[in-house]
Amino acid sequence: MIAELGHIALIMALLMALLQGTFPLLGAAQGVEVWMRVAKPAGRAQFLFLLVSFLCLAASFVTNDFSLEYVARNSNSALPLYYRIAAVWGAHEGSMLLWALILGLWTVAVTIFSRSLAEEFLARVLSIMGLVSVGILLFILFTSNPFERLVPAPNDGADLNPLLQDFGMTVHPPMLYMGYVGLSVAFSFAVAALLGGSLDSAWARWSRPWTLIAWVFLTCGITLGSWWAYYELGWGGWWFWDPVENASFMPWLVATALIHSLAVTEKRGAFKAWTVLLAIFAFSLSLLGTFLVRSGVLTSVHAFASDPARGLFILIFLAIVVGGSLLLYSLRAPGVRDVARYGFFSRENLLLLNNILLVTAAGSILLGTLYPLVLDALGLGKISVGPPYFSTVFAPLMAPIFLLAGIGAMFGWREAALDRIWRRVRYLLPLSYLVGIGLAAVAFEGSDFKTMAGLGTAVWLAASTLATLWNRVRLRGHWVAGLRAQSPSTYGMTVAHLGLAVFLTGVVLSGRFSEEKWVRMAPDDSVTLSGYTFRFFGTEKVTGPNFVAQEGKFRVEREGDGRELRPQKRSYRVQRNPMTEAAIDPGWWRDLYVALGEPMDNGAWSVRLYVKPFIRWVWCGGLLMIAGGLLAASDRRYRLSVRRIALAPERSVATKPA
Amino acid sequence: MMTPRRRRMLTVTMIVIGVSVAAFFALTAFQKNLLYFYTPSQVANGEAPRGYPFRIGGLVVAGSVKREPGSLSVRFEVTDGSAAMPILYTGILPDLFREGQGIIAVGQLDEAGIFHASEVLAKHDEKYMPPEVADTLRKNGQLPVDYQEWQKK
Repeated sequence: MIAELGHIALIMALLMALLQGTFPLLGAAQGVEVWMRVAKPAGRAQFLFLLVSFLCLAASFVTNDFSLEYVARNSNSALPLYYRIAAVWGAHEGSMLLWALILGLWTVAVTIFSRSLAEEFLARVLSIMGLVSVGILLFILFTSNPFERLVPAPNDGADLNPLLQDFGMTVHPPMLYMGYVGLSVAFSFAVAALLGGSLDSAWARWSRPWTLIAWVFLTCGITLGSWWAYYELGWGGWWFWDPVENASFMPWLVATALIHSLAVTEKRGAFKAWTVLLAIFAFSLSLLGTFLVRSGVLTSVHAFASDPARGLFILIFLAIVVGGSLLLYSLRAPGVRDVARYGFFSRENLLLLNNILLVTAAGSILLGTLYPLVLDALGLGKISVGPPYFSTVFAPLMAPIFLLAGIGAMFGWREAALDRIWRRVRYLLPLSYLVGIGLAAVAFEGSDFKTMAGLGTAVWLAASTLATLWNRVRLRGHWVAGLRAQSPSTYGMTVAHLGLAVFLTGVVLSGRFSEEKWVRMAPDDSVTLSGYTFRFFGTEKVTGPNFVAQEGKFRVEREGDGRELRPQKRSYRVQRNPMTEAAIDPGWWRDLYVALGEPMDNGAWSVRLYVKPFIRWVWCGGLLMIAGGLLAASDRRYRLSVRRIALAPERSVATKPA
Repeated sequence: MMTPRRRRMLTVTMIVIGVSVAAFFALTAFQKNLLYFYTPSQVANGEAPRGYPFRIGGLVVAGSVKREPGSLSVRFEVTDGSAAMPILYTGILPDLFREGQGIIAVGQLDEAGIFHASEVLAKHDEKYMPPEVADTLRKNGQLPVDYQEWQKK
């Protein structure tokens, strides 16, 4: 009964999305105000119906309604309540419903926070979001319906994949989807501007906070995913260049390019056409990412064969979204004129370079991710692209970004005075590298070129970012006044770029100085790694709510400082899969990491031991970028301008002759 | 200050340079890191390269897994239904490695025809099978029934 209600609510949401996607768009084209006004209520109603539908599915999970096929496949009566709720988005069907719900959430946000937008523009934006929603809802209803009944109903469910029974994995998908779907707002703004022919700096200013918030969520989702992979997969790595990871990284790179090029469009009225193109690409890659991961295309191209309808639908939907928006772009973009003029050494050109590098990086990942799929689909052989490919391509592309991100904002718009910039950094540049190289040589006894270059670049990036801030602060005479005078945007940029430096430090140091040992350990054996002594005391049996586990007891000591680590090897009762739960002692400077391998003879186990210096810095960098994005989005400028625009029509009404 | 025309030329030049440099890196790295997949029968027929890494996949032959006492070395065989291939691996096997399971190994062939794996992959679902393995088994009519049912779901 609950499930049928959810199903009906889903169909109602589709109808609302159809209303929202057609009338306002036609109204905006024909100038019929009544039709345009449909957008807001339709969007809000759509969200309500989606919420009902989502809650119905959640209720089915909570009440263990195993007559629903989706529930039966992804839950179990012994599964703790928390994970039963998280299981709603644990597999394909439910996560698509979450996707649709989040799109509804963003739609409502747009109806609330864009009151001041011109009616026609808002109608177009909401309409386009409605059309995207129509596509997704049709996809859910026709190929991935989570409310499908199972006859006869099984007594109990097949349980949630044990890997997903974890805090990181329950919050990671909603965060990532908030990011993916948030980019649909930037996309809709861009397409609406193309339709209305109003590609101006006001459009860019409206888009910026939305794009920033979406980017923040995307960054958060990726950081969470990386952290989860680190502690849950038991391999001690934080990024594997796995196709699933790449699918989320590509839209992130393009969205990063987009927030930088939006700055140029807002401040200088340049790059308009390019910015629109980026907005289209960013959302298209988000769609591609969602589908690649959730439809099973990546784990097996033949998932298409097992359900051809799903694969075909995805291809058609992608073709319509990408093809349609690019067609519109090609019709309208030639008419877009950039009025701004700027010199070679200008902030505009540096940001262009940033964009080219980021987009090229995204392109090279796309090549490495899709090429094997295409080759296989054409029957030309089965290949895979090894992770070294990505690192080889990435390092040279990212190097200029790390070098220039800090001083980029020192360059003026239009034309930068190179000699003045040089005077500011001529000591800082060699000093930063000396500090970096010194640290590498003394603190880490690492004298190889890569470590020195990497650490030096990280120090330089941080130093030049702070120098840029200082440069702005001291214009105010006193430093307190100077700090107060800076906008949240400036602080946002500073914090995010510092995050990049922290991230780079983590990548370089954890990559170079991590030590690992795979050993066979019998009880009372001890192994020394990086100065830490790992002693094994044997294992004992422990019982969890839906699993039993062998828990190992380790003591790690260095210079009298000791701590205990208890890694587990779990066996979940329903799925019977063994699962490694690593034990980690986290720290600012190093993580100690122990994972159990397999039991061997006489109580011995094969064990993976890691000492990972600075690994936390990788995610701390991500957190700083998130904080930076939030700071930038909170800039009063975006709200002020909205208020000013809000005043404008009233004034024009007031002056209208009665 | 530049005229829009010169600026556009500059933009285009920058993009062309950027893309060609990236393409160069990408294609060189691509060439080096392409891993081809071979089935045990193809290896038995001598189609697989020696001294160059590739991937091999199949079902772990029941009763073939032998550990060398006191070390982490494991020997086992994988089969695609018509030929079996001996594999040597030193390290910790993934959680889902077991006899009868579909796996993929990455490594190289030695002179004696033994595959030295540097990595063994088994996905986190008991019935999951790497698509390459499933395909080969299907061709040989050896695809396990429960896998076929699982895929239908």
